[in-house]
Amino acid sequence: MKFGIVVFPGSNCDHDVYHVVKHLIGQEASFLWHKETGLAGIDCVILPGGFAHGDYLRCGAIARFSPIMKSIEEFAAQGGMVFGICNGFQVLTEAGLLPGALVRNAGLRYICRDVHLRVERQDTPYTARLKPGTVLKIPIGHGEGCYYAPEEVLRSLEEKRQVAFRYCDAAGQVTAESNPNGSLRAIAGICNERGNVLGMMPHPDRCAEEILGNAQGRKIFESILHAWQHARRSRI
Amino acid sequence: MKARVYVTLKRGVLDPQGKAVCGSLHQLGYREVTDVRVGKYMDVTLGGLPRQEAEKRLRAMCEKLLANTVIEDFRFELQED
Repeated sequence: MKFGIVVFPGSNCDHDVYHVVKHLIGQEASFLWHKETGLAGIDCVILPGGFAHGDYLRCGAIARFSPIMKSIEEFAAQGGMVFGICNGFQVLTEAGLLPGALVRNAGLRYICRDVHLRVERQDTPYTARLKPGTVLKIPIGHGEGCYYAPEEVLRSLEEKRQVAFRYCDAAGQVTAESNPNGSLRAIAGICNERGNVLGMMPHPDRCAEEILGNAQGRKIFESILHAWQHARRSRI
Repeated sequence: MKARVYVTLKRGVLDPQGKAVCGSLHQLGYREVTDVRVGKYMDVTLGGLPRQEAEKRLRAMCEKLLANTVIEDFRFELQED
């Protein structure tokens, strides 16, 4: 499987993601400079964390118009897998590939710590190896991760089961205390209606191997590979 | 021609920065303050456009880039040189 990792000026988790897909998952990985315009042969595009274009104006606002985004939009429209982590999630909402927006954390602070997430659905490529209700411990590192969408959009997200991950406590309960940034409906990650585009604020790329003390994030990358292999088998 | 573009968070979108400033003003004794919303403005210099056309293009700039209309409102003032 071929992963393409988008590099914007200011991306800083591009190498973390590369390490995970190349060395831990054992798949092909290449960097895609934001000025490139093609995605030839890529099976999954990952928009990594960081501060694309310095987060000037708003997080993701400038990156959303980088030349490569047009190809990514076309790729997503054809059902290609597009995965945004942290800043990548912010870029996807700015681009309109995912609904809503990510605004300043309710407590105004940049937060860098482990949080718990509850997996809400299994039928996306990103959660294919995770049963609904599974609790994952994954770190966050953001100042603007508070998910916001107007009430009618939130209702539609719930109806169409587009919430993939919610902040919760260690037992999987969604409580006010377990929500680190004030995200509406405790949303930590959402997908589009078709399920091929997903964005999440927590960083599975930062907890994908035992030497880091936590390998739970690897399950998300393994899910992507599993889903791709499964789709490929059913095509043959 | 110069334009001043104001971008503010929509009513209903939590503005923790405004809340913090409001709290600080209260601490300073300005009890009359009931709410603060923090926004930003951008000064945009435009060349060679009739006013009506400039307004039309500025609105498009705001909708496309300068504001995120999911969370923000915008308005602008145009000033001839």
